[in-house]
Amino acid sequence: MSTTIREKAFRNDAVAKVTGRAVFADDVSYAGMLHMAPVYADYVAARDVRVDVSAALDVPGCRRVLTAADVPGATHYGQIERDYPILITDTIRTWGDVVALTLGDTRDAAIEAAARVTVTATEETPILTVEEALDPYARVIPTWSDSNVVVHHRLRRGDPDAAFAECELIVEEEFRTPVVEQAYLEPESAVCVPRTDGVIEVYGSMQHPFSTRRFVASLLGESLANIEVHGVAVGGGFGGKDDTAAAVCARAALGALITGRPVKLTYAREWSIRESYKRHPYILKYKVGVTSEGRVAAVKAEMFADSGAYLSVTPWVTWRSTAQCFGPYAVDNVCADVYGVATNNGFNGAMRGFGAPQVNFAVESIMDIIAGRLKIHPLGLRRINMVKQGSTTVTGQVLDDHTVSIEEVMNRVVHEVGFRKKYEECSFGTPSETDSDALYGIGLSISYRGSSLGAEGMDFCSAIVNGQFDGSLILETGIHENGQGSESVMTLVLAEQLGCSLKRIRYRRSSTSTIPDSGTTVATRGTILGGSAVVVAAREFRQLLSTSLATRLRCKPEEVRFHEDRIWGTTFDASLTWAEAMKELYLQRITPFAFGTYQAPDVSWDDTTGQGNAYFTYVYSCQAAEVQVSRKSGNVKLLNVVAAHDVGRAINRAMVMGQMYGGITQGAGMTLMEEVHRDGGRIRELNYNRYRIPRALDVPDMHGIIVENHDPKSLTGAKGIGEPALELIAPAIANAVHNATGIRCNSIPIKIDPEELP
Amino acid sequence: MSRATGSAGAAPAGQTIRVNGAARPLLPADAGMTLLRWLREREFLTGTKNGCEIGACGACTVLVGGRPVRACKTTVTDVAGDVVTIEGMERPDGSLHPLQQAFVDVGAIQCGFCTPGMVLAAQALLASKPEPSRLEIRRALQGNLCRCTGYQQIVDAVEHAARFMRDNGGIESPGCTQDETEGTTG
Repeated sequence: MSTTIREKAFRNDAVAKVTGRAVFADDVSYAGMLHMAPVYADYVAARDVRVDVSAALDVPGCRRVLTAADVPGATHYGQIERDYPILITDTIRTWGDVVALTLGDTRDAAIEAAARVTVTATEETPILTVEEALDPYARVIPTWSDSNVVVHHRLRRGDPDAAFAECELIVEEEFRTPVVEQAYLEPESAVCVPRTDGVIEVYGSMQHPFSTRRFVASLLGESLANIEVHGVAVGGGFGGKDDTAAAVCARAALGALITGRPVKLTYAREWSIRESYKRHPYILKYKVGVTSEGRVAAVKAEMFADSGAYLSVTPWVTWRSTAQCFGPYAVDNVCADVYGVATNNGFNGAMRGFGAPQVNFAVESIMDIIAGRLKIHPLGLRRINMVKQGSTTVTGQVLDDHTVSIEEVMNRVVHEVGFRKKYEECSFGTPSETDSDALYGIGLSISYRGSSLGAEGMDFCSAIVNGQFDGSLILETGIHENGQGSESVMTLVLAEQLGCSLKRIRYRRSSTSTIPDSGTTVATRGTILGGSAVVVAAREFRQLLSTSLATRLRCKPEEVRFHEDRIWGTTFDASLTWAEAMKELYLQRITPFAFGTYQAPDVSWDDTTGQGNAYFTYVYSCQAAEVQVSRKSGNVKLLNVVAAHDVGRAINRAMVMGQMYGGITQGAGMTLMEEVHRDGGRIRELNYNRYRIPRALDVPDMHGIIVENHDPKSLTGAKGIGEPALELIAPAIANAVHNATGIRCNSIPIKIDPEELP
Repeated sequence: MSRATGSAGAAPAGQTIRVNGAARPLLPADAGMTLLRWLREREFLTGTKNGCEIGACGACTVLVGGRPVRACKTTVTDVAGDVVTIEGMERPDGSLHPLQQAFVDVGAIQCGFCTPGMVLAAQALLASKPEPSRLEIRRALQGNLCRCTGYQQIVDAVEHAARFMRDNGGIESPGCTQDETEGTTG
């Protein structure tokens, strides 16, 4: 079960990270650097906010206090709607809103000054539940909307009402999922440096340098060219280091612009959890009609996602929930309405999975509920309804241009875990042989996940291959390293494309000023988009070399080959080393440089019907979980997880496995222990003593299975694994808990009352 | 060995602590400072990470006298023993310690923020138990959070390193390249 040393991982940053030499944002220091701290006010909802900074300025070492009045550009920004306050003007909409920023000679001085800022305001009653927010008489929280419903996606297919009338069984269920903190181990941090030419340089812990640049430029009222965002090592993101992390960078940049000094803003964990956006909690209501043969004939779904006070990417998160509203099943009659609703609960945005884990939890629980009611085996029910080669999805997309492998991945898991036998051994429904404390259960779930952004937005990525005189190569792409290993994947792809040794290639972490905007590093798009861009650039580069070297290699350009770290003609003796080849190009006055852009294949979407080719390809997944439930305490212990994912092609196998184990563990956290609670809008779990995430003993050794059906639309064949790994473990565990106890948990994190156990 | 002083008291003139084999002076202004901040801000040993500052995440784990401690919960003037940080794990010739090499080889590293603390916690385990089971490894790492890896390849790495070190002549104690019997106070 453990990784063998033969599958050695490749990571270009491993030695730096294992020796402590890797530089994260807070590790960056400059002489004369000032430190910044944010000022919060203890309001959840308030208007007429007035900030008094005079006492703060008296603190020794406090240099300055900045408020909205000091902002030269726009105080508010956002990726879709510009409603997120980098600094509050006059209205507080969440407990995490920042009213002022202090600048001190030391961080301690900045923090002490922050504590001396006084805020007065007219308090309003916060709106803290979706139900309250939907009341027609409720105060409308967003300024730009005339209702607290900030987005409504629809999907209309067939005629569900007519189909329900023909059904043998109709199941109606409601599910709830929690607010989850991404819990990246490194809190937000930024160091901003004013350059002598007027450019502000940003070194920040953020997922997306280009997104960050837009936030910074907007706050500072500067052009994009006047802001240069550099990547540094990022201590995890999981979707969580976009808006808030960008705001942290923008605030430090504001300090640098105004003082002319380097400024560092490093968040304490409590600030990070208080202010940063989280995973949307969902309420999901499903009505599903099934024929006597077990075919799902009709689905009605209504979902409410708590968007919180600011829109962030709620429309995109809820769009994915719409497009994937009934899992990997082909259903002809579907009606889905997915709403994003504004409240005063912080705000919710991107987190690994992005609107899919919530839906999958509901759908895969329902499939087991149906199987139980119809007395059909859960595997059989899934087989009847799952998409197959050529099937039409709920959005009307025909899956005929890639391998539809949902049955293959399910078979692999079923075989590996021994599902059929173990399913018969589950405690629920089996007469208890002993008075053992432990109840045993196994459960399974399947999913498909649209790759990359789909119809959310523009989808392209660039790569640069820059050959050097001595035969070494520099590679850059527009995908950002967040810890997932993207730089290593890009390097492996280039080495394969050029048949050269990995040692020849140095990956250069690009800045926003050195490569075109390639979009954000989200949506499991790094490998598929970035890898394809590297292939495009490498093809250009090979073409250039082939044309220039053919004469020297005594062959036609199309006969030039790249392998074994050399460049070859057609005969055994005609070959060049990379150094010889590069020298030849220079002598011919040809620059060995190639730029490639990969444009994702077209997708389509009709907003009124929710029909279209939502994504250009899909990742197919299956996960099974074995659990033990304690009769005495109701505690659920995860005994084993087996996961199979069709990733298209695994480029860095050890890292694919790492994504699986890590994704499953995060998903298990959401299922069994993680939840952010708010008391009157104020978060209860501000640090890891109260916000519990899985520790080493909370998860078992897991078994990952890589399935590889090369994807024809990905130039490397690879699709991705980041989010699929997380999105379906919750229902596998919930189904296992049911099969152990007979208790169906429609709400996560799962809590079992031992009183209810058999 | 360093003398423990009350955390409220100023560092006595001439007090030093030994970090990665070198004696380092404590200044009066360092009194009351946490070991975490002292290492990062005074010594620029930034491999020791700050993840929570309340002793819950383990990212600031360092070895003091061979035992893993939370640098964020330790006052620098209270340190009684040689300190080893991640920067002191490499061997004198600059090559990686077998534990570090195993983390690299099996793919136990993703974002890398927990890695220094994990390596040091694992080192403390292997020094006292050269043949730990996977469960014992998990127990020893229970105080160190990782959000990326799901721990599995970290456990693999510790297992591999333990085997390698048993096969190659025992456990190496890092960071003690100078005379270990020499006192560290003035």
